[in-house]
Amino acid sequence: MIIINVIGISLIFLIIWWFWLYKPNTTVVTDKELLIVVKDGVYTPSVIEVQAGSPLTLKFNRKDASPCTETVLIPVLEISASLKLNDITSVPVPALAVGKYEFHCQMQMYRGVINVV
Amino acid sequence: MNKNNKDVTAATSCCSKAKQQTQNDNNESAVLASEHSANQNTLQLIIEGAGCASCVGKIEGALNTIPGVKTAEMNFADRTVMVSGNAAAELLIKAIESAGYNAKLMNQGSESEALDEKEQADLAYYKKLMRHTYIALALGIPLMAYGLMGGAMTVETNAERITWLIIGILTFGVMYFSGRHFFVGAWQSFKNHSANMDTLIALGTGTAWLYSMVVVFAPESVPLMARHVYFEATAMIIGLIDLGLALEVKARGKTSEAIKRLIGLQAKMATVIRDDKEVKIAIEQVLKSDIVKVRPGEQIPVDGVVTEGTTSVDESMLTGEPMPVTKKQDDKVVGGTLNKSGTINFRASHVGKDTALAHIINMVKRAQNSKPPIGRLADVISAYFVPMVMIISIVSALVWLNFGPDPAVAFAMVSATTVLIIACPCALGLATPMSVMVGVGKAAEAGVLIRNGEALQTASKITTMILDKTGTITEGAPKVTDIMLANAMTEKQILQLAASMESGSEHPLAEAIVESALEKDIELLKVENFKALVGRGIEANCQDKSLLFGNEKLMHEKGIDITSFVHKAQALAKEAKTPMYFSIDGVLAAIIAVSDPIKADSISAIKRLQNNNIRVIMLTGDNRETAAAVAKKAGITEFVAEVLPEEKADKVKELQMAGEIVGMTGDGINDAPALAQANVGFAIGTGTDVAIESADITLMRGSLHGLADAIAVSKATLRNIKQNLFGAFFYNAAGVPFAAGILYPFFGILLSPVIAGAAMAFSSLTVVSNANRLRLFKAKDH
Repeated sequence: MIIINVIGISLIFLIIWWFWLYKPNTTVVTDKELLIVVKDGVYTPSVIEVQAGSPLTLKFNRKDASPCTETVLIPVLEISASLKLNDITSVPVPALAVGKYEFHCQMQMYRGVINVV
Repeated sequence: MNKNNKDVTAATSCCSKAKQQTQNDNNESAVLASEHSANQNTLQLIIEGAGCASCVGKIEGALNTIPGVKTAEMNFADRTVMVSGNAAAELLIKAIESAGYNAKLMNQGSESEALDEKEQADLAYYKKLMRHTYIALALGIPLMAYGLMGGAMTVETNAERITWLIIGILTFGVMYFSGRHFFVGAWQSFKNHSANMDTLIALGTGTAWLYSMVVVFAPESVPLMARHVYFEATAMIIGLIDLGLALEVKARGKTSEAIKRLIGLQAKMATVIRDDKEVKIAIEQVLKSDIVKVRPGEQIPVDGVVTEGTTSVDESMLTGEPMPVTKKQDDKVVGGTLNKSGTINFRASHVGKDTALAHIINMVKRAQNSKPPIGRLADVISAYFVPMVMIISIVSALVWLNFGPDPAVAFAMVSATTVLIIACPCALGLATPMSVMVGVGKAAEAGVLIRNGEALQTASKITTMILDKTGTITEGAPKVTDIMLANAMTEKQILQLAASMESGSEHPLAEAIVESALEKDIELLKVENFKALVGRGIEANCQDKSLLFGNEKLMHEKGIDITSFVHKAQALAKEAKTPMYFSIDGVLAAIIAVSDPIKADSISAIKRLQNNNIRVIMLTGDNRETAAAVAKKAGITEFVAEVLPEEKADKVKELQMAGEIVGMTGDGINDAPALAQANVGFAIGTGTDVAIESADITLMRGSLHGLADAIAVSKATLRNIKQNLFGAFFYNAAGVPFAAGILYPFFGILLSPVIAGAAMAFSSLTVVSNANRLRLFKAKDH
């Protein structure tokens, strides 16, 4: 029983570490555009680093027919776009100040962030 | 117009041309804006048959030879070419064809094509989900029925082991065919350090199946009482959630009906007159300054100004105003509206993405996707929700294992699975956006354009509404009603001098005087030293006479004796007319009164606002007596008169300091600072680009009922959001502990995972359906 409890509690810590504390890999954008694949519950890449002051075009390639994936929002910037299925939709993002800018689907199941440094 | 949400067709690589294209795209607003003066157009063509990069030069070269082409830039990556200039589209297409390629126009048409594509994709997805549902339920329902009828779901004999093994394999088939997307999604998210609905479903159904398989393969590893299989739960949950998703796809389609209706208003073809001949062309090919012919019953294809003919036009689809509007020469017509009675020719002023309809579609789309602040809490919770549920599920299992009755293992497994399955992050995530989508669309149907979710939310909380008088409560088209002479001159002479000096002014009252003179065929004279005295009137010289025209304040300032006429002026003001003094060489010559009638339905609309407990205040630059008379007629008890334009914003600020949530309604141009200062700025009745961009809410028709409608729709939408949020919060807050077995110690109740699956599937459907209920909303007391 002790072993089971230890496993259970370890699992809880693992969840906290894996989902909340772990810093996922960042894709550093050097070009002016970036292709993001929308498929199977995730944006790939989902964590993007970009230099402050340089505009960027996010090119979303939607490969998932689920209605969740249809809209992508960058709430802080009041940007929203309808993504065409099996096609690439360009979403221009203006030059930004340093900070974190989240983007996600309407239900926030697909999530990503633009880290402006 | 914000181009951020602009869709551009595929570009898969980033060659230098593609970069240029992006730049072009970003600059497109500027290009469109400059078109007004330069009579230019930007057309985007899709090229077929361009297989190599060298085609770029050939195509651009072919286009550059056509007269009228200013620039031609091809984006090889997405096989499109952007042409600016004033060449007709058919010429461009011909040139490309003669260079050996095929081309077709992209732009306006692609909007409705995109919509069709989306509908087809949705339908295909719906059918796929339904197939998944049938397969899963075909196994789940008989299994569940067997269990409900008292069939043993346990593994005791070898025969049972074999039977359940076969069923277990069949269940795996269901997981593979009908539930694979949950597992793939869960795994991809997991790799990405994120968790979503898929994670919960995959974990829940996966745990139930794995546990059952352990029971089948190694029954001795679990206590005798716990040798129960849960294959029916796995199959049923997958089936029910697929069904819920399928129904959600259908219901979601309805939430975007308003935008579909707007896109549907775009005409496909237009008749233009080129070289004195009528030509029927695709709407994308209509150029600015083309003369467009519209017959009765036809849709007006683009925006323009009537050059010939008279007709009545039904503008209700854009403005919500049911009465047709008469259009004659020099009147503006708007694309998407319906020509009812006569044939007209008009000169196209805005085409393509520059038309009012295109702007409206863009704005509605953008607003539908924006979130009011009320949704923020749900957003924060959504971000932590799934891992939290996973933790609760583990805690629940541990509690059952440590303290639960026998068979503790089975109880722990059931409660952990049920917690995972019942929790529904979708309902939380959908609660706000679905209602905003329907609410903003509903408002657009009534001719009310809401800028974003924040404006929507604030509009529902307005406590004080400030109305500008001229053009908001009144028609905004004043007319000269009285001329009272104070010297020996004739009425005609007075009007000639007054109109001559007012011809330099842009004030609406000045326009009334000039119009009155022109109606009487009075020739205007040359004036010198014209000077506008803000808030008081004007002064000028004409025929060596020194003229002054303005209010009482101006006369006092300039020392002109008006004593004998003050009571006459007051009498005029009490009739809601605006009296103005006119003096020549320092002596009063006449009083000219102008009246601006109250709009027919202003009184009932103001009453609607007041009935909603909104304090209505009228602001005007007009004199006190006139303001009092207009306010009385309109049923307004509070008004502020003699306000200078720049003081309007201060008045708004003052009310805000007193704790009021202030709405300001004005024309969107002169009142811009006050509109910006107000919590919600309403621009009324213009439908022009300026107003759309400057106000939080734009009322497409002149009636103040639009204002009451806007507030009513906002209130209904906010109510709907609150219902959804409450429902979603309550569902999760009650469902998760219930699933964990909190009721078991008291009542012996433990929720079945199948019931949890059904509840979860239908919770998000309920949210979408509740939002759809808003579609039935009708503003009352019209």
